[in-house]
Amino acid sequence: MSDTPPSGAGRTSRSSAREPHDVIVVGAGHNGLITACYLARAGLRVLVLERNPYIGGAAVSRELYNGFTYSNCSYVCSLLRTEIIRDLNLPAHGLQIIPYEGGCTLMRDGGYFALYDNHDALRREIARHSRKDAEAYDRFVRDMLRHCMFIKPLLLRAPPEPTTLTPHGIRELISFGRHFYRLGEERMAETMRFWTMSCADLLDEYFESEIIKAHLAGSSIIGTALGPRSPGTAYVLLHHYMGSIDGTVGAWGFARGGMGAITQALSAELRALGGQIRSEAPVQRILTRHGRAVGVQLASGEELRARTVVSNLDVRRTFLESMAPGDLPDEFLTQVRNFKIRGSSGKLNIALDGLPSFPAIPPGAPCIRGDMHVTDTIEMLERAYDDWKEGRWSRQPYVDMLIPTQIDPTMAPPGKHYMSVFVQYCPYQLAEGPWTEERRARFGSTVIDAIAQHSPNFKDLILHAEIRTPWELEKEVGLTEGNIFQGELTFDQLLFNRPIPGYAQYRSPIHGLYMCGSSTHPGGGVMGAPGFNAANAILGDLRR
Amino acid sequence: MSVARYDAVVVGGGHNGLVCAAYLARAGRSVLVLEANPHVGGAAVTREFAPGFRVSAGAHLLHLMPKRLIAELNLSRHGLSMAATHMPTYALASGVGTVRIEAAARSASDGLTAADAQALPEFFGRMHTLAAALWPLLEGIPPRLGAGEWRDRLTMARLGIKLRLLGRRRLRELLRIAGMCVHDLLEEHFHSPLLKGALAFDAVLGTNYGPRSPGTVFTLLYRMAAEGAAGQGLAQPAGGLGALSEALESAASAAGAEIRTATPVQRILVDGERACGVRLESGEQVEAKCVISGADPRTTYLKLLGAEQLDAGFVRRITHLRTHGMTAKFHAALERMPTFLGIDGIPRGRVVLAPSPDAIERAFNHAKYGEFSASPVLEVVVPTSCDAALAPAGKHVLSAIVQYAPYQLREGWDSGRARFTDLILETLERHAPGLRAAVSATELLTPADIEAQFRISGGHWHHAELALDQFFTMRPVIGAAQYRAPVPGLYLCGAGTHPGGGVLGMGGRNAAQQVLREAR
Repeated sequence: MSDTPPSGAGRTSRSSAREPHDVIVVGAGHNGLITACYLARAGLRVLVLERNPYIGGAAVSRELYNGFTYSNCSYVCSLLRTEIIRDLNLPAHGLQIIPYEGGCTLMRDGGYFALYDNHDALRREIARHSRKDAEAYDRFVRDMLRHCMFIKPLLLRAPPEPTTLTPHGIRELISFGRHFYRLGEERMAETMRFWTMSCADLLDEYFESEIIKAHLAGSSIIGTALGPRSPGTAYVLLHHYMGSIDGTVGAWGFARGGMGAITQALSAELRALGGQIRSEAPVQRILTRHGRAVGVQLASGEELRARTVVSNLDVRRTFLESMAPGDLPDEFLTQVRNFKIRGSSGKLNIALDGLPSFPAIPPGAPCIRGDMHVTDTIEMLERAYDDWKEGRWSRQPYVDMLIPTQIDPTMAPPGKHYMSVFVQYCPYQLAEGPWTEERRARFGSTVIDAIAQHSPNFKDLILHAEIRTPWELEKEVGLTEGNIFQGELTFDQLLFNRPIPGYAQYRSPIHGLYMCGSSTHPGGGVMGAPGFNAANAILGDLRR
Repeated sequence: MSVARYDAVVVGGGHNGLVCAAYLARAGRSVLVLEANPHVGGAAVTREFAPGFRVSAGAHLLHLMPKRLIAELNLSRHGLSMAATHMPTYALASGVGTVRIEAAARSASDGLTAADAQALPEFFGRMHTLAAALWPLLEGIPPRLGAGEWRDRLTMARLGIKLRLLGRRRLRELLRIAGMCVHDLLEEHFHSPLLKGALAFDAVLGTNYGPRSPGTVFTLLYRMAAEGAAGQGLAQPAGGLGALSEALESAASAAGAEIRTATPVQRILVDGERACGVRLESGEQVEAKCVISGADPRTTYLKLLGAEQLDAGFVRRITHLRTHGMTAKFHAALERMPTFLGIDGIPRGRVVLAPSPDAIERAFNHAKYGEFSASPVLEVVVPTSCDAALAPAGKHVLSAIVQYAPYQLREGWDSGRARFTDLILETLERHAPGLRAAVSATELLTPADIEAQFRISGGHWHHAELALDQFFTMRPVIGAAQYRAPVPGLYLCGAGTHPGGGVLGMGGRNAAQQVLREAR
């Protein structure tokens, strides 16, 4: 194993004029496109290969029912780094992100908790549940911002390697250490506690009202195979907090036209920079010779050559399914197999004939235009997780639903609405047997019933519902087990451990083969940081 | 009012308090130990729970106390002897079979597939190497983060070097698994659910976690590191754990420490800025240059010292300490030796009833909602199989650690006690048919009982949950992990300090060192 970058890549790229491409990116997800854009900007000839007839991976807008556009996988935006939006001129290519105003949690007893943008309104709302929590909320937000400020500079750079002995590696390590040390004793401890504690314990330290804790805890379980009481989920909460729209930390928004708008803008930028994208070009195998990447072979048998290959697929797909087993060291393969990628989320995309009513919410309250959660208590979330552990979907699932068409009318015909419903938990493998149409339909009705409890006319308005289990997500997007983060965000799989200890700097054991997907630091969500960091690593190796 | 003046007064005669007193007395300090109960030992006691039947009331095995500490305090000269060492572990599951894990060879002799039998010693070998590298972390006084003192920097540097010497591959492995859940780690190595259950059980024993909770590999490494330093495997002192406390008492007294039992302390006294002694419940005051508390952090800071002596931030951190116990202790007096299915003859080892990691996780599910496990997981020993003196001739005692039993049971322990006892007996009966009929008396110590009887707030045997966020420089809380309280002259030495409980004694040893270092 070597710390030093595969320097061979630098020499060969200059002498490879006979190849039509310098770089092949496997997979046109947002990270693949971002890497491609930055490489194209640096003057490399880039080709992006996509298996599906459409690009975008899990950041797509698709018309699956007459006149309705679904963000059928990822559905909201905030994590996408502003640096990337600026560098790649995304607004010029039509990307418009509209922040949404607040959100709410609906309780089974008919009560609700609303989150408002307006600070005074929010304080009044929290005080309705607990005066003490209204005080605590400001403290909570301040502390979360501090944790965000600590982690922010770590996002757009490769993680340090703790076992390194190279001068550059040691410099990186020292700089990381300094960043931490500068916090001072108390904050250092708070940071260490925060990274290792459970969301439930964290929230218990601030709040007494169950509903406020439940509302906030939702973000700590989205996409993970952990419950709010599992250590490490406080960090997952932060992971969903560290986005920013126009500088507002923690704010979330809709991409106008659905999440596909992001990847469409990226592909427009890529084309403007001279890069190429081929869809319906599934890669069968990443080709190597003498431990170097030399190109890819498509399912059609066609071979495409390039000295640098970047995989936007998750690590399991990259190394276990797209490469010949003999190409990689056994120890590395074992570690890839041990990388935890677990499907835990489902999704419903629903076309509605009109806006459903939510009697619990006061008329005109803006929170219906944000994300609406269905849950009562942390205990309910935890019990939902217990179901997942037993191999069944949550009988009372955590539901995160949005109706973006209230803000963005482009996604549905006039007067009609599109509703995105994210569901936690839904297992990849059911204990009762494989997923079937019938089981999928039952899963769908569990979720629809959970929503209908809060909206009497909801069921009557449904025109079409797309029900997605981790199984569909895997089949369609290619995410192993349908894990939306391309790998669990537990602390054994963060920073220098992500995806595999010793390979956290976007490089692989094969010279010229890189990873740029969410399997790498800092992980998933439509953040783009892995794509950005991977491009940096590649350009560094190519000495550009 | 007494005017007796000591160099140090130790509040609480538990094993850590006694260890601390013994080290201080050996260094020539005048020490007074004050114990509330009529006997020393805290939770490390042997007591009669039914006429003629005696049992270790808290921990029932001695496997974590470092041999260095035992040697330094000459505990064998003070009467400590072992009835059994290197005891094997039997993992039983009804209808599945038995796995026997040998302590010495660290191998399983039977009940495993060839692949698992081969993987087991490899696994232990690897884990022991990693655990051994962590031992210096457990052994010393934790450095103070960011304080910039040379001693702290030196400690950190030494630790870094020790870890780096593991080599790149092992260090990476350690950094990966330290934060993992034991369920995932075991999935990487083994097939047999029974074997995985037994190994996962050790990782979650005494914690508020299930095998799927991240951080449980760390608790397993902690246990292995201490076991490595203790070096005698699972061991049972002759006369039970109370014999250890008696040996410690003898060692402390021989060195000149004074020990007063049945003397509960009411208040730690502060004179201006400094702890200057204690007031007893009797009203008597004892002056001392320093006060060392073996009580848990919450009791020490909030009850004995008083929140008014501390700043608000510190008090908040103490109140946020997770101190609720989740582990119960069960004792049964038996008319005859039980026969466990799958064990030939007398079980001279530890029997683990945890059929699989999933079964442990399911047992844990209930605990999250304030219920006790519907099918609890247990560690069972029959102490009389190695030490007949604990029961009348021909009769036996059974001692079991039972997970999970929450401190705050929703239905309350008054009504829950009988049902839980019944569940435990039912579980035992399944694995040892006829056991129930041989039971003449039982005793169940819930965390609430442990709180009441051993004066541990929350009834947690580690005083405070042993988890990554409450460990090392953060145990019990940041700024007070060096055994020093924010009030000068007050020290902590109990299980709530680094490196935690489990009859380890290092809290007491390190606290004594810190006191001596500062008095110099």
